[in-house]
Amino acid sequence: MHAGIIFLLVIIGSILFHIFTPWYWTDIASNWKGMDDTITLTFWVGGGVFVAVCLFMIYCVFKYQHKEDRRAEYKPEDKKLEKILTWATTLGVCALLAPGLIIWNQYVNVPKNAIEVDVMAWQWGWQYRLPGADGKLGTTQVRNIADNNPFGINPDDPFGKDDIMVESDVINLENNRPVKILLRSVDVLHNWYVPQFRAKMDAVPGTVTFYWFEPNKVGEYEVLCAEYCGVGHYAMRGGVEVQDKADYEVWLGEQETFEQLSARYEKLNVDGNKLAKK
Amino acid sequence: MSDEYDNNKSYQAQSSEVIDGSTGSVNPDIDYVRPAEVGEQDLYHGHSFIEKWVFCQDAKVIGVQYFLTAVFTGIVGLILSWLMRLQLGFPGLAGFMTAEHYYQFVTMHGMIMVVYFLTALFLGGFGNYLIPLMVGARDMVFPYVNMLSFWMFFVAVAVLMASFFVPGGPTGAGWTLYPPQTILEGTPGSGMGILLMLISLSLFVIGFTMGGLNYMITILQARTRGMTLMRMPLTVWGIFTATVLAMLAFPALLVSAIMMTLDKLLQTSFFMPTILKAGEVLEYGGGSPILFQHLFWFFGHPEVYIVALPAFGIVSDLISVHARKNIFGYRMMVWAIVGIGGLSFFVWAHHMYVSGMNPWFGFFFATTTLIIAVPTAMKVYNWILTLWRGNIRINTVMLWCLGFIVTFVNGGITGIFLGNVSVDVPLSDTYFVIAHFHMVMGIAPLMVIMGAVYHWFPLVAGKMLHEGLGKWHFWITFLGAYSIYFPMHYLGFIGVPRRYFEMYDSPYMTSAVGMNEFISIAAFIVGAAQFILVFNIIKTLKTGKKAEQNPWKANSLEWYTSTVPPEHGNFGERLPVVHRWPYDFSVPGAKDDFIPQTTAPSEVIHTEVEKT
Repeated sequence: MHAGIIFLLVIIGSILFHIFTPWYWTDIASNWKGMDDTITLTFWVGGGVFVAVCLFMIYCVFKYQHKEDRRAEYKPEDKKLEKILTWATTLGVCALLAPGLIIWNQYVNVPKNAIEVDVMAWQWGWQYRLPGADGKLGTTQVRNIADNNPFGINPDDPFGKDDIMVESDVINLENNRPVKILLRSVDVLHNWYVPQFRAKMDAVPGTVTFYWFEPNKVGEYEVLCAEYCGVGHYAMRGGVEVQDKADYEVWLGEQETFEQLSARYEKLNVDGNKLAKK
Repeated sequence: MSDEYDNNKSYQAQSSEVIDGSTGSVNPDIDYVRPAEVGEQDLYHGHSFIEKWVFCQDAKVIGVQYFLTAVFTGIVGLILSWLMRLQLGFPGLAGFMTAEHYYQFVTMHGMIMVVYFLTALFLGGFGNYLIPLMVGARDMVFPYVNMLSFWMFFVAVAVLMASFFVPGGPTGAGWTLYPPQTILEGTPGSGMGILLMLISLSLFVIGFTMGGLNYMITILQARTRGMTLMRMPLTVWGIFTATVLAMLAFPALLVSAIMMTLDKLLQTSFFMPTILKAGEVLEYGGGSPILFQHLFWFFGHPEVYIVALPAFGIVSDLISVHARKNIFGYRMMVWAIVGIGGLSFFVWAHHMYVSGMNPWFGFFFATTTLIIAVPTAMKVYNWILTLWRGNIRINTVMLWCLGFIVTFVNGGITGIFLGNVSVDVPLSDTYFVIAHFHMVMGIAPLMVIMGAVYHWFPLVAGKMLHEGLGKWHFWITFLGAYSIYFPMHYLGFIGVPRRYFEMYDSPYMTSAVGMNEFISIAAFIVGAAQFILVFNIIKTLKTGKKAEQNPWKANSLEWYTSTVPPEHGNFGERLPVVHRWPYDFSVPGAKDDFIPQTTAPSEVIHTEVEKT
């Protein structure tokens, strides 16, 4: 008797917790509302099954408690019932899978007008690069990486010259414009993740991975590393600032191109040599 | 029930012998069981203490050895989880806790619990003890190899524990051991620690292969007369299928361990691309970190079912015995176990949706993953339908089973979130994942283990565990564990990433501080409650009530041994002969509410028992 009551309280408590929880997802700030909706749908279907199964179990515990003079029913199989349950479950699973796959299809197909952002990860920090006026990012190689070339851009690649180097761990994005995040890592796995954007993907050394989203709320967001990357993992933070078009262009104009950065270092070198000669 | 016998077929023509138990008044041919095809196994009985209790060839002793060693590792894992929760709930309270230590504890806790505790306990522990008894064999078919299997496991555990004491400490790479960070500086224990881990895993696989061959061949070849495959208890089906999975999955772990050892020691580049560390380009190039993930999860996902399937099987038997009702839909249960086992090899990359693998894989693996939900759901329905119209004893064993159903369904449902590729994107690598897999493959199987301990302790030790203590143990564990992991899902919704030494300090996450403290306190209590069982066992062994033979009135063969606890050889002079499945409970017309598997049809001629 007590057992059934306690189990019942656990189920009721779970439902109440879900309704009144102060801990739930952060306000979404991207186009991936479909993910939230699929979660909500899964909650209804899955939560319904969970509650139904547990309540049925509790009912049995109350109703069929052991009595010496009673016998259980003897019925090894019920083909019809098993068939109904199989098909009902299959149907429920399909209903959940379909929206999941539809949204995944959107997730893996990047819109044509998306602006590319090259995110480079290392133990433990982030760096960003944007394509310049030509709209194309220059090719890179890990071996080219140096103080004057933090992304390892191939010096011979004409597309690389005008690439915009963001000298900050905060990247600015234009509101309501799709972004294709290109992920690279120079050492271990990382993952560039902003909870409000919902989307994420690992950065894998040796290859370039990607995902996309469209920020739709102006504001500042914090970037977390979501793939364990060694002892500094928990401290590997970055930032995003989503701005309106006008503010964004102002910010963009203040950034240095790869060519300017190289020139600055050359001058530094020349000045340094002069200094040394004196 | 079974397809083996046609109801209308006359067995007269086959009659070649008459089994004792049949009487003259009924047709003896209905009791016919095919004679044994091979002679009986010669057993080596130990002569000295060492042969009887240390290098013993009796599967029951080996089972207990496996059990105790696994429980030892489990206690280490439990203490590590306490230390982690101490840091997460009350950061700064433990002065010695650095990020390095934290990650080492996380890693060792994960690896110990999954491989050295759960796998070894279910297959090495319950498998060894129960398989020969349940199929009516005198022992495993290769007793000597079986003994070697345990000692190999013992060495693997010793090597693993030694890694706590080497310079740099144990590996802190996370239990998934993802390269490149696993073997690079920047990860704790990337020197000796990871090498010992890889060696220990390799030894475990070698030892497990020896045991696994035994379990499979004993089940296939050494069943007693009349024990058809479709008359085996579901416990045996679960352990059998899990063993087949392990045989196919562990090689993937072994090769990846060997390849990573070579990457570490000989600078090969199986998993290592060009890497820039501290301004230097390392001597690696061209390897693929994602290849390791594929190999790891090709092992890792079946591994989940290697733990789950024995639990499914055992809980089916416990529910049936204590609800005094046949398991509902036995054949469906068997095919569900086999089907889940088969499917489990086609879902591995659902752990890798955001790993950077080709995103088109997502469609395939989401579909296969959600298909596996169907046979799993069928098993759940059949468990609760077994309770329906049953005659349920609400004892400690049944409580653990009910706790299993609640936690397993809860964890299974959250699995549908994570398996459904685009829903996984926001939730992966967050606390939602932690909550999900602890619920479904931590707490749920643990509930079954506990139920099984209370159920079979009278057989192993000949004494009954104390019911009152057992109930306290259950309620504290169940309510505590549920209040640890149920709210934890909501941390994942907020977006709190896993494997964070310190909780995130953003305004929308500081609200979780209170929850973390609560979870930690619950974890301390639940962990401590496990010592109620230790106390119960010690007390029972000293002063406990002596168990009668077959105290639960079960049907399966392990309760019909010549002595309790069973001696080496299990069944005395003559091996039992099996006439039915183990689930003939509450058969209309029968004197008792159970008919043992050894009861011949002619003895229960007036009952409405179905052919099995």
